[in-house]
Order: sequence, then C-alpha cells, then structure tokens
Amino acid sequence: MLKKAWYLYYDGFKNMPRWGRTLWLIIIIKLSIMFLVFKLWLMPNFLNSQYDSAEEKSDHVFKELTTKP
Amino acid sequence: MLLDLTTTTLVEWSRWQFAMTAIYHYMFVPLTLGLALMLAIMETMWVKTGDKSWLNATKFWMKLFGINFAIGVATGLILEFQFGTNWSNYSWFVGDIFGAPLAIEGIIAFFLESTFVAVMFFGWNKVSKRFHLVSTWMVFVGANISALWILVANAWMQNPVGMEFNPITARNEMDNFWAILFSPTAISKFTHTVTSAYTLSACFVVGVSSWFILKKRNLEFARKSIMLASVFGLISIILTIYTGDSSAQDVTKTQPMKFAAMEGLNEGGRGAAFTVIGLPVNDPSLPTDKMKKMEYAIHVPKMLSFLGYHDFNAYIPGIQNILDGYTSQSGVTYPSLEQRMANGRTAIDALKTYKQAVKEENQILADSTLQVFKANYSDFGYGYLNSPYDAIPHVPLVFYSFRIMVGLGMLFVLLFAVSLWYAKKRKFEKFKLIPYLALFCVPMAYIASQCGWIVAEVGRQPWVVQDLMPTNVAVTKIASNWVITTFWMFAILFTILLIAELKIMFHQIKKGPETDN
Repeated sequence: MLKKAWYLYYDGFKNMPRWGRTLWLIIIIKLSIMFLVFKLWLMPNFLNSQYDSAEEKSDHVFKELTTKP
Repeated sequence: MLLDLTTTTLVEWSRWQFAMTAIYHYMFVPLTLGLALMLAIMETMWVKTGDKSWLNATKFWMKLFGINFAIGVATGLILEFQFGTNWSNYSWFVGDIFGAPLAIEGIIAFFLESTFVAVMFFGWNKVSKRFHLVSTWMVFVGANISALWILVANAWMQNPVGMEFNPITARNEMDNFWAILFSPTAISKFTHTVTSAYTLSACFVVGVSSWFILKKRNLEFARKSIMLASVFGLISIILTIYTGDSSAQDVTKTQPMKFAAMEGLNEGGRGAAFTVIGLPVNDPSLPTDKMKKMEYAIHVPKMLSFLGYHDFNAYIPGIQNILDGYTSQSGVTYPSLEQRMANGRTAIDALKTYKQAVKEENQILADSTLQVFKANYSDFGYGYLNSPYDAIPHVPLVFYSFRIMVGLGMLFVLLFAVSLWYAKKRKFEKFKLIPYLALFCVPMAYIASQCGWIVAEVGRQPWVVQDLMPTNVAVTKIASNWVITTFWMFAILFTILLIAELKIMFHQIKKGPETDN
C-alpha cells in the first residue's frame, strides 16, 4: 500500500509536464517567501514575540482593552 | 475618550493590507470551489456513459483547476500571519472561537485536499476509474468543507454567539460549538458564498468555452462544456439569489446598520421602499457627512420591508432610527447609540474594577462588578466609540457594491438562460453576441464576488466583532511604516502570482483539450 502510494507520487512528479514543473517551482518560491521572509522576519506573532506566558499576553490585551489611549 | 486619531493611519493601513490580501486570496478561491464540483460531474458522466469526450473535458478543466489551485494555495495563510502581527488584540480577544474552526480547516485542507488532489492529477491509469472518481469528489468535498470552517469563523465575527467572555483572561471562550456552527448567519454566509462561487465557476467555463466557439476550435468539446456549465450555472445562480435573500433577512436582524447602509436609508419605517438605483450625496441638513441624501433615486414601494422580513409592512430601521433607538419588527427595543456607548463604557470600567478586585481578593466588589459587566457586555464595543456617528459604515461604497453584485447576478441569470437555450438548439455559435457576452461575464463574475465581500466586510464597519470590538481596538500598536512596507510587499507578491496564473492559464487555454479536434 505504502509502496503503491510512493510510486503514485514518484511517477507523477517524474512524468510531470513542463507547466506542472513551473507550477511547483512557483509553489516552492511562494511558500519560501511566505514562511522564511514574511513569517520569520516581517510578520511575527506580536504577542508571542513580546511575551512568554499566557498570563503576560492576557495582561497586555487587558490593558489595551481598558486603557486604550 | 478611549480612542484618538493618532491610531488612524495604523488602523487604515492595517485594514488596507488585510483587504488587499483578502481580495487577492478570494480571486483564487471561488474557482477552486465550483470547478471542483463541475470536474466531479464531468468525470461521473464519463464513468457512467463511457463517452471519451467527457474524459477529455474533465482533463482539460482539471488542468485549469490545477493551475488555479497551485497558485492560490496557501495565499490565505498571509491573512493568518496578519492576525498575529497586525490584529493581536483581536486574535487574543476571539481566542479559541476563531482558532478552532481555522485549525479544523487546516487539518482538513491538508489531509483531504493534498491526498486526493495527488490522486486526481497523478492517478490516471494508476488507480481504478472508480477510485479516481471518488478522489475527484473528495477534492470537491475537502475544498468546500475548508470553506465552511473559514466562513463559520467569519460569521461569528458578524454575529457572535455560543461564547462567554472570560474577564480574567480577556478572551471569549466557546461554550456552544453547535450554536456557532449552525447560527443563521453561518448557514446563510456559507450557502451564499459557495453558491456564488459555483456561479463564478460556471461563468468561467461558459466564457472559456465561448472563446473556442469564437475561434471555431474544439467545437464539440466547447458545446458540451457550455451545455453542462449553463445548467450548472443556472441552478447555482438561482440558489445564490435564494441564499442571498436568506442572508439579507439575517443581516436585517443581526446587523441593521449594515442593512440601512446597503440602502442608504436614513429614515426607516413600516413598508420601507427598496432603492433600485440612486446617487448618494452630501446634504448639510443631515447631522453628519457619513449619512447621505439619495438623489435621482428609483424606488420600489414596500420592497425593502419584504426583502428584510418577507412582509410588505415590516418595520425597517434607517440610520437615524438606529442612532436614536428603535423597536425592531420582532419587538426588541434597542436604546440610542449614545445610551449604548454609555453602557459600553460602564462595561469597560466594570471589567477594570473587577480585575483589580480579584487581584486584591475583594470578593464582594468582584462579584458586584462582574454582574455590572455581564449586564452591559452586549454593548461592550460601543464604549470605544467617540461619537454615535462612528457606528455608520461607508454608505456609498456599500450601496454601490450591493447594486453591482445584484445587477451582475441578474446578468448571469440572463447569460445562463440564453446560453442553455441556444446550446440546446445547437445555435450558440450563430449569435455572436452570446459568446461575447459569456466572455464579458468572466471578469464580471469576479467583480460580483468581490463586491459581495465589500458589502459584508465594509458594511459591518466599525466592527471587527459585531458590537463587541471595533477595528481600532483590535489593531496592534506597531509602527504604521512597517505595515505600509509589508502592504507593498504583499501587493507585489500577489500581483506576480496573479500574472503567473493568468499567463500559464492563457497558454493552456490556447493549447486546448489535448485529444479533441
């Protein structure tokens, strides 16, 4: 079963037409930009990057909700 | 005053960034949802009849589906990144309610779609006909179930139900999963969105097939595709209209300000008229520029009441009525927005006092303030508004978007009815106007879809969570320059992706189906 599944993917990628390879290239570049550039560098999770515990995050949002300037 | 204008640039850019990303993302989504179903139907026709032309059609449209799927896949993740970076207060506030459906969506999307999409594309001649067919159907099911969870999460923001706010953690916690899943808003949002996506896909298939007709190429394939897509499109657009009607009724009850903005209705009443078209303009006699006077309006008497409640004499509140307070058709009395702002400020103060009382272990004070907070929580978000007029969305944008969406919907009814009629009589190609109309309707279907989202999302402003959290409280206080920079980076990335999609797709369309002459 696993061998059959492996062969399905292996053969599919091996005999993929040119437009299919182009699409995969686009997908890989897109995901690399999204995760390596955007997620890691440009778009970190604000609360996770500023606070360690759930309590600290909660305190921050609580402060934002009750003392918004 | 809990808000000031220093946050405006940040809020506006964060909103623009989210809107731009969502608009680009939704350029890819609807074709995936609808074309998957049409592929499953085409392949079923092949398996049932053995007619090879259905197989050729399936393979051709599957290629276009694959291009759209590959380019669009994971673009929605950028929206999730934005929740964490730009909308951290919101992300924390909605907590598990938004997180749970998104997590389910992620798991389903990954397992169902990635497994069966692979069989769908790589499985020809490697798995049995029937298993391949099941895989194609599962891709359709997976894509649509993914959409369900996203739309359930969105519906909760429009009509928050099935939760309780935890004043210690400052989070809403899910206490009734089924109330969230089966809220009337979730049902109407899901059904209206997917049926409109099916309509868009049918426009796409009829439009692309019409190009073959105009080029006098692959005629049998094109006729077959037009016939199937016209039937599919006609059913879909009728269902879109039906679900749109349910959606309008839900909005009337749960988001009356959005409904009033859709109509540019300042003064409501019983037997309210529907404005077919008009020109919203400023009028100095109105209390704010956010309210518009409707010039050159064409009205249908009592129709708005009918759309809202299926009752020609039902009461529909206008913007001024909502500002002043009103009693709804179902007998619920809503206070003025001034009063709701006061209630909201009471809730905010009570929340602050409650937390302090808990910290100081003053149980009596904690209990009493918690009661005050709970009694006023339904107006919590109003406490952040500076003026009642802040509760009015951008009337002209919502008004026009709604009319463009509905007008194009009527055009699609005409398109599918005419194309089905003439395709059945094998006269489709004799009247050049019809294939040209079909081609014109492809971009129009995308415009209609985007207008629908503008009505839904701009129409609910200022709320990110209806009545509980306005947009400017949801935003993270980060440098607005940072948001502007990432806005342009996303815009460039998505534009490149869209150009790549169009280029590869046009190339494959020009090549046409492989084995049909």
